Amino acid sequence: YNSPAIIPGMQEKQYTPSLLNFFIYNPTFGPREGEEEKKILFYHPSDVEKNEKIRNVGLCEAIVQFTRTFCPTKPAKSLHTQKNRQFFFEPEDNFWIVMVVRNPMIEKPNKDGKPPTVEYQEEEILDTVYGAVVRECYSMYKLFNGTFGRAMEAGGVELLIQKLEKFFYRYLQTLHLQSCDLLDVFGGISFFPLDKMTYLKIQSFVNRVEESLSLIKYTAFLYNDQLIWSGLEQDDMRILYKYLTTSLFPRHSEPELAGRDSPLRPEVAGNLLHYGRFLTGPTNLKDPEAKFRFPKIFVSTEDGYEELHLIVYKAMSAAACFMISASVELTRDFCEQLDGLVGPQLTLLASDICEQFTVNRRISGPEKEPQFKFIYFNHMNLAEKSTIHMRKTASVCLTSVHPDLMKILGDINCDFARVDEDEEIIVKAMTDYWVVGKKSDQRELYVILNQKNANLIEVNEEVKRLCATQFNNIFFLD
Amino acid sequence: MSEEHYLELCENPVQFEHASSVNNVFFDEANKQVFAVRSGGATGVVVKGPDDKSSVAFRMDDKGEVKCIKFSIGNKILAVQRTLKSVDFINFIPDYPHTEFTQECKTKNASVLGFCWTNWNEIVFITDQGIEFYQVFPDKRSLKLLKSQSINVNWYQYCPETTVILLSTTVQGNVLQPFAFRNGTMCKMSKFEIELPVVPKPAKLSLSERDIAMATMEGACKKTHVLKLNTTGKFALNIVDNLVVVHHQSTQTSLIFDIKLKEPDSAVNMHQPVLPARSIHPYRIPLAGPAVVPSQPPVPCQLYSSSWSVFQPDIIISASEGYLWYLQVKLPPAVILLQDKGKLMDFLLRRRDCKMVILSVCSQSTSVCLLGLPVVATVFDKLNQVYKEYLEAEQTYTAVSLLNKRPVRTQAVIDQSDMYTHVLSSFTERKGVSHKFIIAVLMEYIRSLNQFQITVQHYLYELVIKTLVQHNLFYMLHQFLQYHVLSDSKPLACLLLSLESTYPPAHQLSLDMLKRLSTANDEIVEVLLSKQQVLGALRFIRSVGGHDNVSSRKFLDAARQTGDQMLFYTVFRSFQQRNQRLRGSPSFNPGEHCEEHVVHFKQLFGDQALMKPSTV
Repeated sequence: YNSPAIIPGMQEKQYTPSLLNFFIYNPTFGPREGEEEKKILFYHPSDVEKNEKIRNVGLCEAIVQFTRTFCPTKPAKSLHTQKNRQFFFEPEDNFWIVMVVRNPMIEKPNKDGKPPTVEYQEEEILDTVYGAVVRECYSMYKLFNGTFGRAMEAGGVELLIQKLEKFFYRYLQTLHLQSCDLLDVFGGISFFPLDKMTYLKIQSFVNRVEESLSLIKYTAFLYNDQLIWSGLEQDDMRILYKYLTTSLFPRHSEPELAGRDSPLRPEVAGNLLHYGRFLTGPTNLKDPEAKFRFPKIFVSTEDGYEELHLIVYKAMSAAACFMISASVELTRDFCEQLDGLVGPQLTLLASDICEQFTVNRRISGPEKEPQFKFIYFNHMNLAEKSTIHMRKTASVCLTSVHPDLMKILGDINCDFARVDEDEEIIVKAMTDYWVVGKKSDQRELYVILNQKNANLIEVNEEVKRLCATQFNNIFFLD
Repeated sequence: MSEEHYLELCENPVQFEHASSVNNVFFDEANKQVFAVRSGGATGVVVKGPDDKSSVAFRMDDKGEVKCIKFSIGNKILAVQRTLKSVDFINFIPDYPHTEFTQECKTKNASVLGFCWTNWNEIVFITDQGIEFYQVFPDKRSLKLLKSQSINVNWYQYCPETTVILLSTTVQGNVLQPFAFRNGTMCKMSKFEIELPVVPKPAKLSLSERDIAMATMEGACKKTHVLKLNTTGKFALNIVDNLVVVHHQSTQTSLIFDIKLKEPDSAVNMHQPVLPARSIHPYRIPLAGPAVVPSQPPVPCQLYSSSWSVFQPDIIISASEGYLWYLQVKLPPAVILLQDKGKLMDFLLRRRDCKMVILSVCSQSTSVCLLGLPVVATVFDKLNQVYKEYLEAEQTYTAVSLLNKRPVRTQAVIDQSDMYTHVLSSFTERKGVSHKFIIAVLMEYIRSLNQFQITVQHYLYELVIKTLVQHNLFYMLHQFLQYHVLSDSKPLACLLLSLESTYPPAHQLSLDMLKRLSTANDEIVEVLLSKQQVLGALRFIRSVGGHDNVSSRKFLDAARQTGDQMLFYTVFRSFQQRNQRLRGSPSFNPGEHCEEHVVHFKQLFGDQALMKPSTV
């Protein structure tokens, strides 16, 4: 594996991968010559000259068409060039999303005032990672807007263009391509570890709330940004979880941390203090001007999709998402009823879980800095666990290891994807780290060991030990 | 209304000749016997007890009006009081002289108020000046005074179950002095005073025997409990199924009190009636005689009649009609009358024949979604509380069996199998109930069991899984398993395996479960081999140290089935190596039945590929 050459003493500039273009088109919308612009539904950056847009779209169209001749069912997914990489994704028939990422590069200054030499690192970015990013863009659009087809049915191309514009204008600003990695490929869900009894209490809470507020169709329950219960199907939950944890929660937790908009708003309801508040919808129920509008989301049903109000209600670290059919108009009465019912119970549950959590932590003893870091993912339930990544914030997702190691993890993941069999790959990285990837049935485990002088056998033993301690309750082939 | 009568008279009353000018009727509370004495006994005494064994008929000489007549325990000796001074005795023991003998009370100028048998041959005379405790010698036809005590007595009451006599003393009669009798000894217990609502001046007898009832009830009641009657007039008490029944004559209704039922908002021992006042269920007296004209309907019986006498614990006698009834409590009306289901459960759980009623309440509360989950949860919690207490008692019993009596399993112990059979399994089949609610109820029951740390039975999990699968709620099932809400077991793992075709992740869930059980290594190997994961199976069995004992044939079969020649080679060689290690030779034993695989191996790779026995 290549490690970027380090040349001491030189004023080098390193550029991370960045978003160059992002566009959505449908070739059937402007099949005739001179009408090419009609194909383009969205183009970022918008200030690109019209002809260039048409040229770029045309090129993609041509590549896809061309590669289709080799394999009609699997046209090209990406195009590698020296300067950038393009990703093609057809989420719905004839609708194409294309993302162009500029390759990372190193700028080396030259003597004598000559312009600096730019060295593109074509091989440093992974198709799987950015392919997943494009798919996620679409999923996120679909979560809040439904399919492209739906917008077309409702208001034709004009409406679709409007919706795309509105959504992607903001969404693309939140893409942080430089910190995308294996976790984006997995798109997993972090589950909150919990004992059976507390879990059953949460179940009971969810059932009772759904019973007394029968408008509620689905409920999801999270603690500490980790999922505990989802009434939604897995794929819908996956994208909703992504939205909650990378967008909604961070937006609200940052002011909390800063001390503004204090969550400690003890509300006296039936003599019970509670800390419940709405993260979506009205910020203050008491406000006579308060609006009872909630974001709407689209989830799949057996025969299509349905539109739902998304109410996110939080008390301390516990968050409950209640989903209600969008055909119902939500009123102040309903919100007050929900606040009065859920607030006290959720507050109580939150402190129960917190207590349980600290008890468990005390039992397991103080966390020592382990000799290894790992990422675990289970394709079956999308459970993901990483000791490599720091807590996600709204802006960035920090990793505690060098990007090169992350790249190795991504490469191993690609190898795993190629075959169905269980396998194990052990890599010694240039920087004295050992990287181990294991795949057993639907599970993948990636371990980074920092043991300079260890040999292959010792590394193997170490990983076995890790599996025995961290994953003793699942079936993991050695 | 009729389904609201929660009290009824028993269907088979004890029948006797009704009281008349020639027939006197007596009741002995100790033996629960009714005496019909015709013409002072000359034309016959008929004794009817609760069963035929205790029924006797005989004649005795008419020596004056009988004031009191009672058998000693076991019908051994009959005592008859005809005067204020003495009591007469007749032996009923075969071969003993039958002639009457008499005992006068020892205290001068005292009048005998009555007597009580405390044993088959021990008797207590209660006079207005005290008590005299005698032993009777039927063979010698004489009595011996064991103990006596001087005390002014207004009236007395006897509790046969505890052999305690309660004496009313002092002028107002409200100081009560109990004495206990056991095996020839008499024990004076501490006296107590009944508070009088109004202290009369001048002092006069203010508390009568009608105001007091003594009875044994489950659990010691240390303090008196106050029953709020909220009405005035003449009352009579019965104790049925640990309930205090208060009959009120003027309104012709009865109230029941459960002194163990805690009133949340009132002072500790204040009790409100459990149910609203209702009369006893209308009763019809079947016309006597065998040749009843069929068309003639039974005559309605007048309830709460002034000729009724009420005895402890649960006896009502109508001397004028010649009936002795046992009062019974019917539980189903309580279900209608008691709206608070939690309170209803508390009430039912303490009743004797409660099981089916409780189960029917459960079926109702689960099917009638109107009641809501919190109520269902409360009901489950109350049931499981009792269930847990029983399980714990049972456990302590098995642990130290010599020390304790085996705990009695009352009807109130409603276990998982009861709930499954009578409530939950039919409930999950019910049409018109949302599956959301069905699952919520099942989970609520499992939550309640867990809360009381009761091990949940496998069939409940099966029911949950069945219901979830039926409604395609696989992701929900997945999450339950992920949090180990459905505890691991081999049957559950097998059930999951069977779901694999409809829900592929069930395979992984099942394997995980087998792994956690740690006693299911064979099953894991089978599962892996069935998935053609031969190497995986081999590596697994090696990691758990079972490699030496597995059947090589099973693995070779599976390897050959994959059609992967290299795999077959690898597995074959691996077992040859095992043979070498275990037996010093790479060849297979005839018992392993691997001959055809050896042939196959040779065909594929040639003789020379076989591992040669190492020559040491």
